[in-house]
Amino acid sequence: MSELTERIMEISGADPRKCMKCGKCTAACPVAGEMDIKPHQFASCLAKGQSDLLLSSNTLHKCLSCFACVERCPRDVRPGRLIDAVRQCVVRARGQAFLTPEEIPELLDDELPQQLLVSAFRRYRR
Amino acid sequence: MKFSYYPGCTLKNKAKDLDRYARACAAALGIELIEPDDWQCCGGVYPLGKDEIAPKLAAVRVLADAAEQGNQLVTVCSACHHVLKRVNDDMKNDADTRERANRYMDLQRPYTGQTGVLHLLEVLRDRVGFDTLKEKVVNPLTGKKIGAYYGCLLLRPGDVMTLDDPENPRVMEDLIRALGAEPVVYPYRNECCGGYVSLGDKELTGRMCDRILESAVGFGAQMLLTACPLCMYNLRAHSDLPVYYFTELLAEALGVKEAAQ
Ligand code: SF4
Ligand code: SF4
Repeated sequence: MSELTERIMEISGADPRKCMKCGKCTAACPVAGEMDIKPHQFASCLAKGQSDLLLSSNTLHKCLSCFACVERCPRDVRPGRLIDAVRQCVVRARGQAFLTPEEIPELLDDELPQQLLVSAFRRYRR
Repeated sequence: MKFSYYPGCTLKNKAKDLDRYARACAAALGIELIEPDDWQCCGGVYPLGKDEIAPKLAAVRVLADAAEQGNQLVTVCSACHHVLKRVNDDMKNDADTRERANRYMDLQRPYTGQTGVLHLLEVLRDRVGFDTLKEKVVNPLTGKKIGAYYGCLLLRPGDVMTLDDPENPRVMEDLIRALGAEPVVYPYRNECCGGYVSLGDKELTGRMCDRILESAVGFGAQMLLTACPLCMYNLRAHSDLPVYYFTELLAEALGVKEAAQ
C-alpha cells in the first residue's frame, strides 16, 4: 500500500478494501453527476492503490459532506470520509488551500450566514 | 426544566430570529435556557479527520461547561447540534480524541462525553411532548400546508445523531401537526441543500435547491420549515417559496411571536 493510501486510511478511519462495489453510495449521492470520480470509484481507486489519481479530482470541490453515501453503504466504507481525507491531504500542504481570505470580500452578500464562512474555511483550508 | 443553551455564532448575527423565537417559546413552555458566559464558534462543520483535535476544542469546552453545571446541552441550529453531538460521541467513544483533548485543555475534571446533547426538536418531542405542546397552542396554524426540510445535518450519520430515522424522519411533521397545520411529506426533504459549497459554486447549490423546492411544491407545500440558517440561505436564494425557522412558527402558534420581536 502506498504511503498516501495509508495516510488517507489513517485520516479517514475508513477501510476502502471492504468495498463490494455495489454502487449504493454513488446512487445516493446528490452531486455524483457532477463528479469526475464518483464516490464508489474513490473507494475502488484507493483499494487498488491508485490514490494519486484522486488528488486532482473535482470531487474534492463538489462533495458536500452530506453523508448520504455513508448512511447507505452496507459495508461501512464511509466514502464521504475517504473523500474528505483526500481533500485534507491536499489542503494540509502549504499553499494548497481551496479558499483564501483574499477571495472572501467579493463572495459576500447581505444575507450570507456566518456559518457558511466558517464551514467553508474548515473544509477548504488548513 | 433547565438546560444549558448553546446559540452559536450565526444565531447571534444573521439568524437572530432562530434564537429569539427559540428563547420566547422555551419561556412559554416553562423551559429555562442558560447560556454559558464564555463560548466560541463550534466551527460549523464537524472535523472529519481522525487526527484533528484543535477544531473540536470549542465544542468540548461548552460540553464540559454543561457537565460542570450538571445540565444537558440544548441547541437549535442544525449545524451546531451536529458538531456538538459528533464531538461528544468522540469524547465518549474514541479514546485517542478523549485523551488528547483532555491533556490539551487541562480541565478541572476530565471530560468523557457525559453531557447529553439535545436539539430543541428533541426537547419538544421527548421532554415537553407533542400532546402537551398541542394544548399550549393558542393560534393554531389551521389550513397551512407545511413541508419540513431536514437536510443532512440533523439526521446523518443516523447512529450518532439519533434524532430520528435518517431515511424517513417524522419529528418535524409531528411538530407541524401539533401546531394545527398539515405536514406535506415530500421525497427530497432529507436531501442536502448544497451546504458550504454555495460560497464558491452557487450554480451547483442552485440545482440542488431547485430539485428540493420542486419536489416540495409538487407535493403541495405552501411553505418550508428548517432549523438551519445555511439551508435557509441556500433555499431562499432560489425561490419565492417562504422558508421559516421552526421556532418562528412555533412562536406564532404559542402566541409569543409579537412579544419576541
Ligand atoms: S458525502 Fe459527498 S460523496 Fe457522500 S453523498 Fe454527500 S456529496 Fe456525495
Ligand atoms: S456503498 Fe459502500 S460497498 Fe457499495 S460501492 Fe459504495 S463504498 Fe463500496
